[in-house]
Parts: sequence; C-alpha cells; structure tokens
Amino acid sequence: MVLAEFVWLVLLAPLVGVVVLAAGGRRLGEPRAGWLGTAAVGASFVASLLVLVGLLSLDPHHRAVEVSLFRWVPAGDLVVDAAFLVDPLSVTMILFVTGVSALIHLYSIGYMGGDENYSRFFLYLNLFVFSMLILVLGNNMLVTFLGWEGVGACSYLLISFWFGDEANAVAGKKAFVTNRVGDFGFLLAMFFAFGAYGTLDYAGILSGDVAQSTATAILLCLMLGAAGKSAQFPLYVWLPDAMAGPTPVSALIHAATMVTSGVYLLVRFNPLFEQASPWVGEVVAAVGLATAAVAATIALAAKDIKKVLAYSTISQLGFMFVAVGVGAWTAAIFHMVTHAFFKALLFLGAGSVIHGMGGEQDIRRYGGLARAMPYTAATFAVGTFAIAGVPPLAGFWSKDEILAHTWGANKLLWALLLLAAVLTAFYMTRLLICTFGGKPRWPEGVTPHESPLLMRLPLVALAGLALTAGVLNLPFTHDTEFLGQWLEPVFAGAHAKALGYAGGTKWILGGVAILAAAGGIWAAVTVYARRRVPAEKVERQLFAEAWGFDEALGDFVGGPGRRAFDAAARFDAGVVDGAVNKVGAVVRRTGERLRATQSGFVRRYALGVAAGAVVLLAYFISRVSW
Amino acid sequence: MTLAAASTQAFPALGMLVVLPLLGAAAVLLLPRSRVELVRPVTVLFMSAAAAVAGWIIVEYPVSSGTFEMIVDQPWVAAWGISWKLGVDGISLFLLALTALLFPLGALATEPGHDHKAYYVWLLLLEFGCLGVFSALDLLLFFVFFEVVLVPMYFLIGQWGHGNARYSAVKFFLFTMFGSALMLVGILATAFLHASATGAPLTFDVVEIAQAQSLATTTARWIFLAFALGFAVKVPLIPVHTWLPDAHTDAPTAGSVILAGVMLKLGTYGFVRFGLYLFPEASRYFAPLMLTLGVVGILYGAIVATMQTDFKRLIAYSSVAHLGFIILGIFALNTTGLSGGLLQMVNHGISTGALFLLVGFIYERRHTRAISELGGLARPAPVLAMTFMVVMLSSVGLPGLNGFVGEFLVLLGAFEAHRWWAVAATAGVILAAVYLLWAYQRVFHGPARGENATMSDLRWRECLVLAPLLALIIFLGVYPRPVLDRMEPSVDALVAHVEAHDDPAGVDSAETEPAP
Repeated sequence: MVLAEFVWLVLLAPLVGVVVLAAGGRRLGEPRAGWLGTAAVGASFVASLLVLVGLLSLDPHHRAVEVSLFRWVPAGDLVVDAAFLVDPLSVTMILFVTGVSALIHLYSIGYMGGDENYSRFFLYLNLFVFSMLILVLGNNMLVTFLGWEGVGACSYLLISFWFGDEANAVAGKKAFVTNRVGDFGFLLAMFFAFGAYGTLDYAGILSGDVAQSTATAILLCLMLGAAGKSAQFPLYVWLPDAMAGPTPVSALIHAATMVTSGVYLLVRFNPLFEQASPWVGEVVAAVGLATAAVAATIALAAKDIKKVLAYSTISQLGFMFVAVGVGAWTAAIFHMVTHAFFKALLFLGAGSVIHGMGGEQDIRRYGGLARAMPYTAATFAVGTFAIAGVPPLAGFWSKDEILAHTWGANKLLWALLLLAAVLTAFYMTRLLICTFGGKPRWPEGVTPHESPLLMRLPLVALAGLALTAGVLNLPFTHDTEFLGQWLEPVFAGAHAKALGYAGGTKWILGGVAILAAAGGIWAAVTVYARRRVPAEKVERQLFAEAWGFDEALGDFVGGPGRRAFDAAARFDAGVVDGAVNKVGAVVRRTGERLRATQSGFVRRYALGVAAGAVVLLAYFISRVSW
Repeated sequence: MTLAAASTQAFPALGMLVVLPLLGAAAVLLLPRSRVELVRPVTVLFMSAAAAVAGWIIVEYPVSSGTFEMIVDQPWVAAWGISWKLGVDGISLFLLALTALLFPLGALATEPGHDHKAYYVWLLLLEFGCLGVFSALDLLLFFVFFEVVLVPMYFLIGQWGHGNARYSAVKFFLFTMFGSALMLVGILATAFLHASATGAPLTFDVVEIAQAQSLATTTARWIFLAFALGFAVKVPLIPVHTWLPDAHTDAPTAGSVILAGVMLKLGTYGFVRFGLYLFPEASRYFAPLMLTLGVVGILYGAIVATMQTDFKRLIAYSSVAHLGFIILGIFALNTTGLSGGLLQMVNHGISTGALFLLVGFIYERRHTRAISELGGLARPAPVLAMTFMVVMLSSVGLPGLNGFVGEFLVLLGAFEAHRWWAVAATAGVILAAVYLLWAYQRVFHGPARGENATMSDLRWRECLVLAPLLALIIFLGVYPRPVLDRMEPSVDALVAHVEAHDDPAGVDSAETEPAP
C-alpha cells in the first residue's frame, strides 16, 4: 500500500466540511462554522503532506500514482473513471492550494464576523477547495473539467455573496458567463482529444502521438479555456469586477488558486507543445505578454485598492502564460506558487485595511496607515517587495527565472516583459506609499484600527512564505533547483528547454532584473513620496479607463448585442407565431363561412377524440380478461 | 390470468404500470361528491403505486439486455392484426420511470382552484396515456395512446390554466392534431405496405416491421417524414414550436411539469423508436436535416429565451434549446450521442420539471410571473433560492449535476459524426448560462422591495416534492452509471440496426426523392 494512494483523504476532508455545513451550518453558528471549515481544509493540508511523503518515498521516475474511485461515465467507447493522478505536479498544486486556503479560512473567521450568512460563506469556501482539488488531481480531462466548472460555480456564488447589491450579482454573472466562453474551448479540446486518442485520460493523451494539426487544435482550444479561467486577454474582463466578492474570496479564488488553473492546465499538457506547430507557444506567449503589459498599465492608474491588486493578478498571470509559451514549465509553476503566497498576502492585507477603514476601498482616502496598522503595513510591504522582484524575496527568484527563459526564446519578448516588471514594481510601490505612507486623507469619522489576532496570524505566516519561498528553486546550481528536479519527471521535454547559455549571462540577466525592480520602486518613490513629478503624468486617463476595452465590450453587449437578441424574440413572436395565428384565423373564417353555427370546432373535436378513445378503451378492456 | 400466461413474467408489471393510473381514474370518478378531500390522496396513492411498480421494473430489468423485456402481447383487433403489445427496453425504461415519478410530484405540488375531481381524473388519464406511449410496441396502440394524451392536457390547460388559457389550449391541440393526422396516415401506410411486401397477414407489430425492413427506400423516406412531422411538433422543433411557450406558460403548474418533463419526450422518444428503429435508412438520410434543426433549436431557443419577460415563458423556451440537444444526440446516430440524448431526456424531465415546480411556487405566492415585478427573493426565501440555484446549475449543465453527462455525450457523439454542428451546438452552452443566470439575478438577487420582501419560503410539502428531484440531480450527476449501463445494450443494438441498413444500392435514381 502506497501512502500516496490516500489521496482521497485530501478530498474527503473538505467534502465532509461541505456536507456538515450544508446540513447544520446555521445551527453551528458563528464562529464554530468557521472553525469547522478551517479545520476541514487544515486536515486536507495534512493529508496532502502525507501524500507528499508517500510520493517522495517512490523512485523519482515512478512518481505517478493513479487512484480510481469508481466508473463515472461509461458510454460506448468513452469510459471515464472518477480517478485521480498523484504526481509531482498535482502534489505541488494541492500543497499550496490547501496551505494557502487554510490560512485564508482562518483569516475569514474574523473577517466575516457578524455576517448574516456566515456559515454559508464557509460552505461555499469549502466547496471551492473541494472543487479546486478535483481540478488539479483529475486523472483525465473530464474530472479536471468537473473541478474546473465547480470552481467557476463557487466563484460565481462567492462574487455575488452579498447579492442584495445588484452590482455584486451582475459581477458574479459576468464571471460565470465569461468563463463559459473559455469552457467552450475546453469542451472542444476534449472532443478533439477523444477523437484523436480515444480516451480522455492524461496517461493516454500525454504519451500519445498525434498529427501536428490535432495537437495544435487541442492546444488552441485549451488556451481559450485557460484564458477564461486565468483572466487573459481578451477574457480578463470578469476578474476586476469579481472584486465585488468578500476580500478573502478575492485572495483565495481570484488571486492564489482558481485563476492559476488555466496555467496549470497548459503545463499539464506540456508534452503536446512538442507535437503542435511551433507557433502555438508563440501565441501563448504573445497573449501572456499583452495581458501582462496592458494590465500593468491599468494597475498603475486604478484608484480602488482591490482593483490595483486585481489588475496586478492579471498581469502576473500573464507572466505565467509567457513562461508556458516559451516552455519554461518549472518557472511557470514556481511563479504560480510564489505568487499565491504574496498575492494572497496582499489581498488579505488589503482586507485588513478595508476592515480597519470601515469599508473604504479608495486609495485616495487612505494614507499614513502604517502607524495605525503596523502589522498590516509591515506584511503588506513584504508582499509589495516580493511581487516587485526585490531579492531575496520569493517573487524575485520566480520572476527572474521567467525573464531568463524569455531571453533565451526571444529578446524582444524579454525586453517587453522586463518593462512590465518595471511597471509592477512601480504600481505596487505606489499602492504601498498611498496606503501606508504620507499624511492621512481619511474620510470623516473613520478611525483606522489594526485587525484582530486571528486576521494578523495568516498575514504573518504568508509574509514568512513570501520572504523565503525562493529557496524552492534557487538557480545557483542544478542541485539547488529543488522544484525543477522534483517536477522534472512531469516535463518530458524539460531538458531541451533548460537554459542553454553560459552561467555568466544568467547573472547579468539577474542583475538587470534587480535594476528593473529598483528602477520601478525609485520612480514610484519619486512620484508619490518625493512628489517630484505630478501623479497625473503617470496615471493617464486611458489607463484609468482600462483602455476602454471593458466599456466597449459592455456597450456592444448592451447595445447591438441586446438589440439582436431582442430582434430574435420579436421575430419569434411576430413572424413565426404570427404566421401560425394568421393561418388559424384564415381557417376559422373559412370554417365560419362553411358552417352557419359558430360552435367551437376544437371543443367538439376534442370531445370526439375523447369519446373515441373511451370507446376503444372499453373495447379493449372487454377483450382482455384479467 | 391469460395475461400472465402471455407474459414472460410471473407478475405482469408492465401492464400493471400502464393500467394503474386508469384504475385510479376510475376510483376517483367513483368517489362520492361529498368526499372531495379524498380525491387527491387517492390520486397520489395510485400514482405512487405506479411509481413503485416502475421502481420494481428498473430493479428487475436485466442490465445487459438489449431487447424488449417484460413483453405483454394480447391480440386486440385480431382481424386487423392490432394487438395490445407492450414491452420495455433500455430506451424506454427510464422514460417510464420518469413519467411515474413526475406525475405524483405534480399532483402533490399544487391544488387546482376548482373542480378537484375532474382535474385529478384528467391527470390520471394523462399518466395512463404517457405510460402507454412509452411502452406500446404496436403502431396503432401507440397511436391511440399518443392521441389519448392530447385530451386531458387540452382540458388541464383550458380549464385550470392562467392567462390566455383557452387560446393556448386550442393552439396546443390543433398543432398536435395536425402532426398526428399525418402520422396516422404514415402508420397505416407502413402496416399495409409491409403486409403487401412480405405477403404476411396485416400486422402493426413494431418489432416485426422494423426487423423486416420490407419497405422500398424512397417510400420509407416519405413515411419517415410523415412520422417526423408528428414528432417534430411534439418535441418541438423550430419552426413548429410556438405552441410550446403558450401552452407551458398558461398551463397549471402540474400541467407545465408534465408537458415539459414528460410530453416533450413523446416526440424525441418517437424519433428514436419509430424513426430510427422503423426507418433506419431514412433516419440516416435525413440526419443532416435533423441535426440542423437541432442546432437551430439550441441557439434560437436560447436567444429567444434570454429576452423573455415572463419567468415561466423563459423556462419554456429553455426547453426548446434543451430538446435541440436531445435531437442532436439522437441523430448523431452513434452510441455516444444516442446514449447522451436518452440520458438528457431523463435529465431534462427532472431539471425542467423542478424549474416549473419552483416557478409555480413563486407564482402561488406572488401571483405574477413577470420578471420585472420579482426581485431579491433570495432574502425572504433562502431555501427556495438555494434550491433554484442547484436546479438552475443542473439545467446549465454543470458537471457533478445531472445535466452535464448527457449534454457532454450528446456533443461528443455529434462531434464524432458531424464536427461543425457540434461546434455550433457547444456555443449553446454559453447561451444557457446567459439566459438562466440573468433571470436568476433579476428574480433572486438585488434588493427585495414591496411584496417580494415578505414572500414566504418553501413549505414542508413543497420541500418534500422537490427532494426526490434534487436527490436525482445530484445522484445522476455523480453516478449516472446505473442508467447508462441499462441503456447501452439497447442503444448499441439500435445503432447496429441503423448501421446495418445503410443506404442500399437499390435506390433507383429514377425514383423521385423527397427533398431533405
């Protein structure tokens, strides 16, 4: 019996949480429902550690354990099991998912205090974790899709959690529908894959051999799905609106875990990139770059603290897409993990600020909060420098690795991505200064206060991770690239994609990355702390309006789109049904002319049929002796 | 017990199942006028008994059987070769069960405003007809049942309906009559041509005619069209669908549940049993046409549903889209698609049945179906809102709930057969989310004003009615295997049957062919 086969325990824990909270969450009340939810996810994290130990005890090249629970869909040639795949990639995912989730659950016990639907919040949160684990553990595309849609539904439920406000409900719906556009791609990818391989199992697909066109089609469809979930251009529009949900939701779902599942999916399919047309990777990288750069420009003009972080998330996901596009699989996963730490930290910090400011989210009304909220300020600063790429914080190592791989693939790509990195350092420093530095610009009657211990604890823990997670994959020697070695069996073509240039270049690139971070920070300090340059010069109207893309899209959907749908409905009522009524009228008039009386034709006919049926029945019953 | 002798079973379960509602109708009729309060319990008793028998049939049905089981064969009008022949296979099994389940729930859900006795008698007769359609293996017997169904529904809509009930009832009746008139011609032609081609005595036995395939190819195609028109109205396919929104909207709650849950399947079931099985070559020939109509239904139905202002009408239009998926699966003509289509028939019955129940419950409280007059209902009625959410997500096709597996199999099957149709249909998955989520947002989210703020939540009886449907929504989403396993042998056999009768070289090019 292999320890890794106990992976079902990882899933069972949150499922139990879901069932108990659904059945008696309201009776458990506050804060017990919260503690139960937290304990369920904590247990899942412990189980994940067990699975990790189990996997480590295996020979590195046999670290892929399949666990099948039952046959889910048997129909003709299609046979799909409810089965899970335990390999280094999925274990990496479940570890950071359950770990970060447990901390965010803990934080929510305090943050959601006093909410009338307190227990329901934890029900949804546990359901989300359960779905997310199914997504990453799935042994075939259909099980992954089950989790994929499950997290989407939970995201919808949690964005519109405070449904009394119409805007929140609209944001939830927008997220679901936009993701459905991506799901369209995922579904088509499954159809193509099943047509080509005759199975949806990863084992069959990833070791298979297909025509280049098929591999290309599958990957392009998957990319559409991934773009939806991971908020890439042009499907990113739902994520900024998703900030309508409670802040722990933004931290968990819309920063650390769910939005990375698109990247996970593409990384999972890494062997297919070898078989597909080479331009597929370039397309992925281009989409990632466009998203990283555009979102970064919007982030530097956003006024809402959560919107800044949301666009920052989109931008960082773009970095991961670029990594996928250039075949830097380990770098993509590395950045995903470190990003989960520091972005969750930043969101929870933002939540702490919003909490302390009585719900205020506009950074123009912040300022000078460092004194009132020292823990929040210190941990937020750690998060800021981590994402900005200041060594030796986690974000530096993972971002540097992406940049280094990009250099090897395409110099222009590298240059533009470096620019996005500069912008990252800039807008994050801006956020830090505007929130915690300078003089207070608080609205009247607000007295900011530090958050309670229960909320500070996760902040400190995540800050610790954001400081140190770089050690997971240090680029000094091959032996210190722990994550790379660990994931190596999953990446068939990893050797081919290893950095193929001398160590010297690597150090120079690292130095340039440090300079970029420093440059961004220095610029932000110049503008916002020392005020040498007016902020308006940087915060262009175009950026503040998010390049007008979302608005144009909304105008289209609400304008021509709606008119077209309306026209269809009118066509149905007027033309199709109108024709029916015309025919009816003509028939009736003819009938009236034929018959002097106006007795109801249908009624009589109906009675005739009824009578006939009864006669037939009577006849039949008389013939059958019981 | 001559029936028992003819049957292979010791207990004539199938005959029992079909006749129980008829006995129930008789029992209700015999109740004295003074005991009106007994009408509903007696109705529900007989319907529950039928449901229990249906459960027994599922248990007894041999999983690996690919042919008709529990056959009841009794000569009826021997001179014309008409017989009382019933049978169940993997294709009809779960439709019978669905019928037997939805009727008692519909009867329990709401009470009629007047004429209790007549209402429940019609409901029982309706169940009798529906069960008969799904089990008849004689063409004429099938036709009788198919027509029997019309009358109770006509009266249910006309007398107990809301709004423009009379108009809707007449429309429903005329549309369906128009379709079935042609079908009767088709049935008679099939039987007589079969008899003259084989020289055998006249028979309406479905199995015999289907196995013989004695009709000339072109003739079979014409007759297929006659049948198809009758079924197309029932499904309904665009453009003969406009009776559906009116009938569904104006029918009483139980009527809408049965219309959507059971009666629409009479059409799709008809396509499987009397289209594919009787006319395999014609089905292949017309498959592109049918697939096109299916895809048009999916997209058009969804788009029109989006813009509806009446909540019930919106759900009604969603049926047009869902039934389009089922047609797509059936005419993919492969095991995957057909299994998906059949599964989706059951799923649509459960989900849409539940949606109509919920809309009915809201209507009873608020006396309006206008979406604009509802709003914020999740606050005063959290349980109702939660239930609606689960059912809605099932209808949208969320994996883990029942709607997904069927839809996925349909699309996968269609993709194998006709790629681009499947791609277009998959886009319908996006639209399903649009119209349902938007409606949910407008009805349940936002601030609750006026009467909406004080609307009562679900009562116990209502929860009880919804509970079995919710349980099935989750169970069939997680573990559809019991259904799929029982369907598959029959589906395989049918697909093999269709493939075995591929376009024969014997089609004379000089013959006039009906345009597809």
